[in-house]
Amino acid sequence: MELHTLTIHQLHQQLKARKVSSLEATRALLTRIEATDSRINAFITVAADQALAAAEAADQRIANGDCQPLTGIPLALKDIFLTEGLRTTCASRMLEDFIAPYDATAWARLKSQDAVLLGKLNQDEFAMGSSSENSAFGPTRNPWDTERIPGGSSGGSAAAVAAQQAIATLGTDTGGSIRQPASHCGCVGLKPTYGRVSRYGVIAYASSLDQVGPVTRDVTDAALLLQAIAGHDPNDSTSVDQPVPDYRASLKNDVKGLRIGLPKEYFIEGLDPDVQASMDNAIAHLKSQGAAFVEVSLPHTGYAVACYYLIATAEASSNLARYEGVRFGHRAKDTQGLIEMMMQSRAEGFGAEVKRRIMLGTYALSSGYYDAYYLKAQKVRTLIQHDFNEAFKQVDILLTPVAPTPAFRIGEKTADPMQMYLSDIFTIPVNLAGICGISLPARPSSSGLPIGLQLIGRPFGEETILRAAYSFEQTTDWHRQKAAL
Amino acid sequence: MGQNKAPEKDYQTIMSITRTEIEHVARLARLTLNDDEQELFATQMSAILNYAESLNELDTDGILPTAHAVPVENAFRPDVAHASIGIDKALHNAPDRVETFFKVPPVIE
Amino acid sequence: MRFQPVIGLEVHVQLNTQSKIFCGCSTRFGAEPNSNTCPVCLGLPGTLPVLNRRVVESAIMAGLATNCSIAHKSIFARKNYFYPDLPKGYQISQFEQPICEKGWLDIQLDGQPPKRIGITRIHMEEDAGKLVHGLGNGSGVDLNRAGTPLLEVVSEPDFRSADEAVAYLKQLHQIVTYLGICDGNMEEGSFRCDANVSVMPVGSATFGTRAEIKNVNSFKFVKAAIEYEINRQIDLIEDGGTVVQETRLFDPTTGTTRSMRGKEEAHDYRYFPDPDLVPLIISADWVEQTEKELPELPTIKRQRFITQFGLSEYDAEVLTASRSLANYFEETVAFAHNPKAAANWVMGEVTRALNDSGLTIDSCPVAPRRLADLLHLIDNGTISNNIAKKVFELMWQNDKEPAAIVEEQGMAQVSDSGAIEAAIDQILAANQGQVEEFRSGKDKVFGFFVGQVMKAMKGKANPAVVNELLLKKLKG
Repeated sequence: MELHTLTIHQLHQQLKARKVSSLEATRALLTRIEATDSRINAFITVAADQALAAAEAADQRIANGDCQPLTGIPLALKDIFLTEGLRTTCASRMLEDFIAPYDATAWARLKSQDAVLLGKLNQDEFAMGSSSENSAFGPTRNPWDTERIPGGSSGGSAAAVAAQQAIATLGTDTGGSIRQPASHCGCVGLKPTYGRVSRYGVIAYASSLDQVGPVTRDVTDAALLLQAIAGHDPNDSTSVDQPVPDYRASLKNDVKGLRIGLPKEYFIEGLDPDVQASMDNAIAHLKSQGAAFVEVSLPHTGYAVACYYLIATAEASSNLARYEGVRFGHRAKDTQGLIEMMMQSRAEGFGAEVKRRIMLGTYALSSGYYDAYYLKAQKVRTLIQHDFNEAFKQVDILLTPVAPTPAFRIGEKTADPMQMYLSDIFTIPVNLAGICGISLPARPSSSGLPIGLQLIGRPFGEETILRAAYSFEQTTDWHRQKAAL
Repeated sequence: MGQNKAPEKDYQTIMSITRTEIEHVARLARLTLNDDEQELFATQMSAILNYAESLNELDTDGILPTAHAVPVENAFRPDVAHASIGIDKALHNAPDRVETFFKVPPVIE
Repeated sequence: MRFQPVIGLEVHVQLNTQSKIFCGCSTRFGAEPNSNTCPVCLGLPGTLPVLNRRVVESAIMAGLATNCSIAHKSIFARKNYFYPDLPKGYQISQFEQPICEKGWLDIQLDGQPPKRIGITRIHMEEDAGKLVHGLGNGSGVDLNRAGTPLLEVVSEPDFRSADEAVAYLKQLHQIVTYLGICDGNMEEGSFRCDANVSVMPVGSATFGTRAEIKNVNSFKFVKAAIEYEINRQIDLIEDGGTVVQETRLFDPTTGTTRSMRGKEEAHDYRYFPDPDLVPLIISADWVEQTEKELPELPTIKRQRFITQFGLSEYDAEVLTASRSLANYFEETVAFAHNPKAAANWVMGEVTRALNDSGLTIDSCPVAPRRLADLLHLIDNGTISNNIAKKVFELMWQNDKEPAAIVEEQGMAQVSDSGAIEAAIDQILAANQGQVEEFRSGKDKVFGFFVGQVMKAMKGKANPAVVNELLLKKLKG
């Protein structure tokens, strides 16, 4: 049995039944990483020794009769999660040598089940990007076509799953950074409702938009990971104190009578024909399974990208002020005086996209511009959230494409930032509204590139989108296709 | 709006950010930018902000801003002191230190 | 041209909570640099603030004690600027919707009518760390203080003299220490004053440009700094110059203010609501509950001491200077039932002894009950007031009941007229010359006889009885 091809739930069965050890599984994945990562560059740090030690500890626990859903499962994390004792770079020169002194809560919860950490994954620097090309450690490549981007910013998380280098991974999603790479890499990617999962220990990009979520091979795995990490955290004031339901129990193959909304602003003229065809196919399929489709309108969709890029950059400009070479991180040499030290450290530590967003955000908050930009965007955000609230009065979930096109070529959109920003149009509104969304494999493009389907749910409506996603997955074969590496 | 078409705004420069403004913002943000970067950012930021002007098409009078997407209030912790992480851990990633201080270039007040 | 000063004050009150405002680190003063830190107050990547409930309670108490309106909804904002003692590159403070607004305090200078000083707002914020200069070829950053909770109390520019400013500061200082939310230790930076000073021509309606004098840590220095600055500005204007809006520091050694270098650039703080913190909703119940639990404030207590105990204004003011002293006095009265005597002794012997020993009332070795016992012994004639002072000295050193001390030392007053008469007869017999002098009108000699009788009876004679009998005998 090829251990690296298993899902969490499959491997769990094997481990629990003692047919396989965590050590064996971990070794298999480390071998796989070694064999494939020179072509993919999904990993920034591979923690082989620590992983093997953790696997042994997991095996000990299992031998003592205790095997939790994530015990002994080899996972990898986007390098945005602080992992105690291990380098955490956020794909930036600024944090090239930063050793995390504590664990992110989401990781700590997995660690408490004795999950195994294989290493830290590549991404767009400070989560700013949609292609994983903005990394100080080189771009990550799409396992389906290594000339193409895997998506971003959680490109490494999706590529690692698609390349079967990790059983599952965690990423973060601020404007689509889990869902879009999942779509481009043929995986499942879930962005939970804002506040569902703790942000403590996740390097902040845009505080009111960031969320932690799983990137997995199938919907069941996504439910299992969400189960393990969700829940109130006293260290995160914005985390919601609401009980965590049994997500696994929501995995039923049943969409009869489910009302699915199709927002007309998302099904635009000129949508890539492969994406359109894939959506049509999915809609027809779900109809045949008993779902009812309703056309809805989210009238302020066209303003979401502008709204996002003002709010996210403003918050980011403030969140990244702590990187000035005083207490940690890169410090420039040979500077005269304190201000020059700070300015030079930041100039050397940050890549172009990060600088651009810091500049934009600083401008949007600056004296004389606050009302026109930041405040205005926050008001438009209210309108966008209201659009969703209205839609959810008529339907249970929404179905949309994830990205306007399948994965584009590396370097194709780097010349003009606006081009890149506009490609987030289908995912950004979900973050602005703070609601949940899942991307799962649908019919690929005519050339075999993955295309994801997005299901959007109301606040804390993860169970419904998981059920719909599970039903779609169980009655189709798209998720069984694997990248030929 | 209300049409099945992506808003094709001509976001090429209607307003322009000047070099002086770029310098000012860069200083506020503590970023050293070289001439090329200043020029590039001036162009790119102008384009992005022009695009953002589209928000002014919307009448938001009387609309409250959304600071938090999901309403949570009164998140507190009790007034209890916990052990700190210790000086070694606190200074572990310090680029420069003296005694148990973080060391920086001399600051004149 | 005559000028009138206009002064506004911003006071930073450091709260005496156990832990910092947004994390669980200790706020203990004087620890080794960077020993009271954690990822949150160090501003490390990925950290998030969580609000200390006690800080909110303290803010509500301060607002109630200064007649403010308490906000129903209050939010935190980020104040963005770069400085090495500011780990996150922003300070979490409050901008719009502060927790308290529109309060006031009445001050009264000697011989003047009371004056109402407006309090614009009170808000919560975190303190920055400390910079230490001259460490080798650089400066050192100590983040122990970073994250300590502060209340910023902002006054309206209602002051027209340094004396008014100081009167207000003293009252505010008394209030926060009475409330028990601040230890009031100005040398350690628990109560810091910034003064905004400007001058305008008398009769003008427009305020002049103001300069801000930062971080003055004693009432004496506040007065000196403000007075210096007023004169400096007047001189400057009269010489044809203009006052620059700037930050200045007061130098106690020279008694002057100087401009702070390095802070010339105007800050654009880019305030926006902090997305990592959620809104604070303060219910009417919470405010009501806090109001019920407020300790009696100094002004009220002072009035009550006057009406309930019949004390003079001066005595009431002295005895209510601190809550601890007032409590000590009141407990003594509760046992002794003699407010006048208790007041005299607390303001007199007790205070003197505390000063000599360098102790505060909180560490007074003589408990109120014991003092009351002593007052009883004077009241019931067991000892004289003078002897009582000696007993008190012994009580200060030993934890013994005064009655026991009197017994052991044989200090009981002698009131037996027989014994006193015998002593008087002896003294009169031995001093016939002075007897003649007294009988011929030299009243002053009486004191000589009293002294002699007291000496003969080793100070233990009841003075009243001595006076009565001596007078009788002298008059013949």
